[in-house]
Amino acid sequence: MSGERQLATQVGYLARRSVVRTLRQPAQVVPAFVFPLFLLAVNTGGLARATRIPGFPTHSYLTFVLAVPFMQGALFSVMNAGTDLARDIESGFLNRLALTPLRGPALLSGLLAGALALGFVQALTYVLVGLAAGADFAAGVGGVGVIFALSLLITLGFGAIGLLAALRTGSGEAVQGLFPLLFVFLFLSSGSLPRNLIHTAWFREVATYNPISYLIEAIRSLLISGWNAQALELGFGIAAAIAACAMLAASAALRSRLART
Amino acid sequence: MSVSRVASIEADGLVREFKKGPRAVDGIDLRIASGEIYGFLGPNGAGKSTTTLMLTTLLPPTAGSARVGGYDVVKQGPQVRGVIGAALQEAALDPLLTGSEHMRLQTALHGLPREERVTRGAELLERVGLAEAAERKVGGYSGGMKRRLDLALALVHRPRILFLDEPTTGLDIQSRTALWDEVSRLAADDGVTVFLTTQYLEEADVLADRVGIIDRGRIVAEGTPAQLKSEIGRPSVEVIPLEAAQREALAAVLERFGERSEASSKAVAVRLRGGERELAEVVRALDAADIAVEHIQLHAPSLDDVFLAKTGRSLEGAGAEPGEAEPRPGALEAESGAAV
Repeated sequence: MSGERQLATQVGYLARRSVVRTLRQPAQVVPAFVFPLFLLAVNTGGLARATRIPGFPTHSYLTFVLAVPFMQGALFSVMNAGTDLARDIESGFLNRLALTPLRGPALLSGLLAGALALGFVQALTYVLVGLAAGADFAAGVGGVGVIFALSLLITLGFGAIGLLAALRTGSGEAVQGLFPLLFVFLFLSSGSLPRNLIHTAWFREVATYNPISYLIEAIRSLLISGWNAQALELGFGIAAAIAACAMLAASAALRSRLART
Repeated sequence: MSVSRVASIEADGLVREFKKGPRAVDGIDLRIASGEIYGFLGPNGAGKSTTTLMLTTLLPPTAGSARVGGYDVVKQGPQVRGVIGAALQEAALDPLLTGSEHMRLQTALHGLPREERVTRGAELLERVGLAEAAERKVGGYSGGMKRRLDLALALVHRPRILFLDEPTTGLDIQSRTALWDEVSRLAADDGVTVFLTTQYLEEADVLADRVGIIDRGRIVAEGTPAQLKSEIGRPSVEVIPLEAAQREALAAVLERFGERSEASSKAVAVRLRGGERELAEVVRALDAADIAVEHIQLHAPSLDDVFLAKTGRSLEGAGAEPGEAEPRPGALEAESGAAV
């Protein structure tokens, strides 16, 4: 079997395992859907009057805040992908894999496949809920496609962060401990208000330096204003940078973790 | 079994040190012949699993060298992994996957052709008696079933050398016996070399052609079970008199046959100078002295006696001391390794 074909086979089988595992753990899947939708409902109901603030970019708070569940869903991929790998390390399953001719990129790609599959279904759910609740999709069908693409890129990056945490710590508990920390980043972003309308100076400053703000704003631009090249460039650029850095760091961590000769 | 045959596993001065810890393995030499079942016997924390991890390329040695299947474990890791199968401590299985799914994943990762993946998986599941449970999730398997699946997974790519790290720990006697039968068959019929770590004396005694006894990172004795037992000497006979008042008279008779050895409070025991053939003489002497016997038992030397003789401790309860525990699967010390 050629090297490329063998790599493709390994990725395929590990991806299949990852998806099967994800589907067989309802306790892992359900919160990833319910929690973001619950917060979406609460925020939309409770903060609707924010649209009356002069300069608010839309009359629909639902449209404004709909970008946030995509981020929350992606954050769940940190926990899901990381916890699965940490469990493999703790149980010795990773050693079993290490005794085969498995290649490192195949392992990481395969493990991320489950997170991406879940991320796709999550994105589809949020889009359908948004449509059903009357949110605007200013960029039309093409914009929805771009939302899916960006959402999956974000999921890939965050999933790789989960893998990195698992490989560095080897502990499911440590990975789960990372989850609330990442949520702090989400709360300190432009998720609830546009950056120019945040009155508290330090909050506005933090939101400006917080990369998550730009990921949210890229999705939000497609919902509210249509095609905004600058927002999309920033969003895709930052998401790609996060994914690349996290994958590189995870690959290095995998080499250290698998001390096989 | 002669070790002059081509060695499948060789180690010279193998050492493994962990940071801030003692030497888990402290200069081990091994010569294991092709087709041999080698029992690596020792208490918890003795260095068995660390040795296994080094020989299976999962842990680089701190010093020394080892060759497995003719390949250097440090310089030729991928080639070593190509000729070995391993079922490491605690069956490392995914509770959410079925037995069949495990087999498909393992056959694919080992690069078996597509058409062979299903047949090889089914054949191995049948061989280890899991055909009926093949479509059940592993989370519902018993300990014995998990161990048998673990063994089947280790055999997927037809390895020449098999490493089994405490394969029967925690199993009931039926499951243990079934696994022993399969391991014996692999060595006898397929010529597979088996490196088996165990803390069970009986397992090493029944299964292994040769036994290496490891304690605190060093091999303290090595040979066939019979050789090891004969090295430490003669059998003993232990007798409990029907009446406690006859204990002194009983001791006087027994001491004619050998020196006193350790016995329970009610009993008297001696190590027989003339070996087990003297048992009949002992019975006749007791009869002649009119000593009624409640219980008489001949103790052949066991591997535990060998361990006791070599280390001054009994294997039972000679577990790890603080800081001596061996690494858990997956809890290896992080070190830089080759790209995977």
